[in-house]
Amino acid sequence: MDCIVIDDEKMARVIIKTLCDQIKSLNLLKEFSGAIQAIKYLDINKVDLIFLDIHMPNFSGLDFIKTLKNPPKIIFTTSDPKFAIEAFEYDFIVDYLLKPIELKRFKKAIKKVERELLVQSQLNKDEEPEIKNDFYVNIDRRLIKIDLTSIYLIEAKGDYINIKTEDKNYVVHSTLKKIEEKLPDLLFLKVHRSYIINVKKIIDIEDNSVLIKKDVVPISRSKRAELMKRLDLL
Amino acid sequence: MEQPNLDYIEQLARGDESIKKTLIDVIKTEFPDEIKDYYISLELKDFKKIESNVHRIKHKFSILGLVKSYNKANEFEHSLREHQLNLKEHQDFDKILTAISEYLKTI
Repeated sequence: MDCIVIDDEKMARVIIKTLCDQIKSLNLLKEFSGAIQAIKYLDINKVDLIFLDIHMPNFSGLDFIKTLKNPPKIIFTTSDPKFAIEAFEYDFIVDYLLKPIELKRFKKAIKKVERELLVQSQLNKDEEPEIKNDFYVNIDRRLIKIDLTSIYLIEAKGDYINIKTEDKNYVVHSTLKKIEEKLPDLLFLKVHRSYIINVKKIIDIEDNSVLIKKDVVPISRSKRAELMKRLDLL
Repeated sequence: MEQPNLDYIEQLARGDESIKKTLIDVIKTEFPDEIKDYYISLELKDFKKIESNVHRIKHKFSILGLVKSYNKANEFEHSLREHQLNLKEHQDFDKILTAISEYLKTI
């Protein structure tokens, strides 16, 4: 866990460093005697945790937290119990340590931070969209796995679709609409009512058609602008 | 009057003499400067600054195990916040500063 300490008192910073050195998971990156220098540092560096003194001249710890856009976890370190209620109004403030800080209490605070970071990372994971790399098609009662990235073109043929991949073509009883729902938008685009293409496999585009492998695919007028938007044009 | 001690520092150092020395060196360097700043603020009668100086200094009281003195410093700090310089509190605080200064010479 990468952390920094902000405290105008050198003794307080040395004590935090001493405590951090006794916990393997902590990596104290930097010490700051004032909040302003820390703000500049945090503009370009990411940390997981800040040990923050509240009572500092000119710019207090409470002023400092109001400047943070993406606040990391914060543990207040202070001699003043009177700010505790205000401090806990912010959900990124994990604990409030009264000086002089004892190792046992310090460890308890770190465990609390670790727990909160774990919950946060699990929540983030749940929010991440699942990226599918393949899907199965039913051909002659056999389920065949197709790697999405190998597909370069899908064309409609009546009640069937022809899935063209790098190695093989698959004729499947389905519709373009059904397969379109299974394909990642980032990679595929329906350029015509009968064609879906893998935009990464385009070789060239000319007027209202696109060359993919050896196939020349028509582009509907309404889809041309969207296709051009997807391309990384110089 | 209670006497300063190194119990907290020894507890932090957990037998590591180099850590103990670092902590003592820092307190020996920082404390005289803090006292100096405190007396300057007193001369200027700058209550906000005196309060801030007392706040910083009282942390050293707790580090040196001076629990009662720490509580007294809290009261002194509170009076200063109200822009009151209580003579008794001021004298008591100064006595503690002297006691710590003497103690730091011995370690």
